[in-house]
Amino acid sequence: MKRVVITGAGTINALGHNAADTLEAMREGRCGIGELDIRDVDRLAVRIGGQVKGYDEHAHFNRQQIALYDRFTQFALMSAREAIGQSGLSFEGALAARSGVVLGTSGGGLTTQDENYRAVYEEGKNRVHPFVVPKLMNNAAASHVSMQWNLKGPSFTVATACASSNHAMGQAFMLIRSGMADVMITGGSESMLCFGGVKAWEGLRVMSKDACRPFSATRNGMVQGEGAGAFVFEEYGHAKARGAEILAEVAGFAMTSDAADIVMPSKQGAARAILGAMQDGRIAPDKVGYINAHGTGTAANDKTECAAVADAFGAHADNLMISSTKSMHGHLIGGTGAVELLACIMAVRDGVIAPTIGYEEHDPECALDVVPNEAREARVQYALSNAFAFGGLNAVLALKRHAG
Amino acid sequence: MPDDVQDKVIRILADQAMLEPEDIEMNQAPADLGIDSLGLVEAIFSIEETFDVSVPFNANEPEKSEFDISTVAAIVDAVRDLVRQQKA
Repeated sequence: MKRVVITGAGTINALGHNAADTLEAMREGRCGIGELDIRDVDRLAVRIGGQVKGYDEHAHFNRQQIALYDRFTQFALMSAREAIGQSGLSFEGALAARSGVVLGTSGGGLTTQDENYRAVYEEGKNRVHPFVVPKLMNNAAASHVSMQWNLKGPSFTVATACASSNHAMGQAFMLIRSGMADVMITGGSESMLCFGGVKAWEGLRVMSKDACRPFSATRNGMVQGEGAGAFVFEEYGHAKARGAEILAEVAGFAMTSDAADIVMPSKQGAARAILGAMQDGRIAPDKVGYINAHGTGTAANDKTECAAVADAFGAHADNLMISSTKSMHGHLIGGTGAVELLACIMAVRDGVIAPTIGYEEHDPECALDVVPNEAREARVQYALSNAFAFGGLNAVLALKRHAG
Repeated sequence: MPDDVQDKVIRILADQAMLEPEDIEMNQAPADLGIDSLGLVEAIFSIEETFDVSVPFNANEPEKSEFDISTVAAIVDAVRDLVRQQKA
């Protein structure tokens, strides 16, 4: 089996418009969640979110591109541009044929759907823009990334709700590991902060109206975010031969299904995914120093996740650190695992553990070291990234510190 | 005192629990009727639609809600309050 390393990272989210700014915000424990600035916000009960602010699509894309790029596609393209730029790769000839793109998203072009349903239902129009279909489709982001950078190998989109990005990155990892591709652009993107997107979540009664406080006894729900994260996954020999800077090694991956409930998480399903990722990477549990939690800030997730970690790690659960960066950037749904992988890279590469901010009060059902409120320095050899989706679909990735 | 609100709330809870209205007792908790947290969210939605009210309820902290969901009787009382406030 081939080894897989990360040679580029990019993002845009509520904490920053690139990876460096995002990691700095995580180090400082800054909160990117604020009042939503969207149409008809006065008709929403939930009015906060991790919205990407200070972003002007016209500064990055021309008129023809904007006609085709939903906000989730724009975020994917911005993130991919940063990641590929950092990797120093260009895709031509044989390499292009052996390189692809797998991205996660849950809602795809939801903003485009929202705007156009409005046009036909609310405004009574009988005509919509000719590009509504290619703009809203879930694979639009992956396709535009492939077109822009000439990626001609295996390319597709993965949709598993809140685990989409982790499932996507797991596919990219396995494609390279098995020899089907040499380079994969992977991660995920989401832009659900439109009236219909927030209204739908509101209905489920699991959203907080004030803040995302994972693991804190005072938590009262999740907060939606938006944005994207993209990475260059590259076969180790290929990266080494060209002298590429290696950010981290992708060491293991596992996925499980709870086969139980459409919204309530299962401790067993989560624990099996965590254990599976360690077994896949032949990682001794006591070598795992950090877990980026799914940590949504709901009553159900946080206690189930902590119980799953305690089951999977036994006594070592008390020695490792586990934090939820959703407290800062919100829950990017299908894009969330990609932004959260940045925190895992920071842990293994820089030895900095992103905090869980908004932490107020100890919860005996979440009695792990959740790195409350302030980042910490620690040398970490392996980090895990958890994602447990609605529908009971779980995906856990393991990163390894790259010595060198 | 049985009234229209009580009849309608019991009907909503019975539908949610897939029981007959006469099988519902006022001192039962939603869980006794087999209504889980997601079922409760759905029942509350039905209450909002039926009475045209807004029920303050967060599934993450049901016990902190101003809307008492501990028993069928409590739910009926809470809905009566909301209907009264709405008329005021």
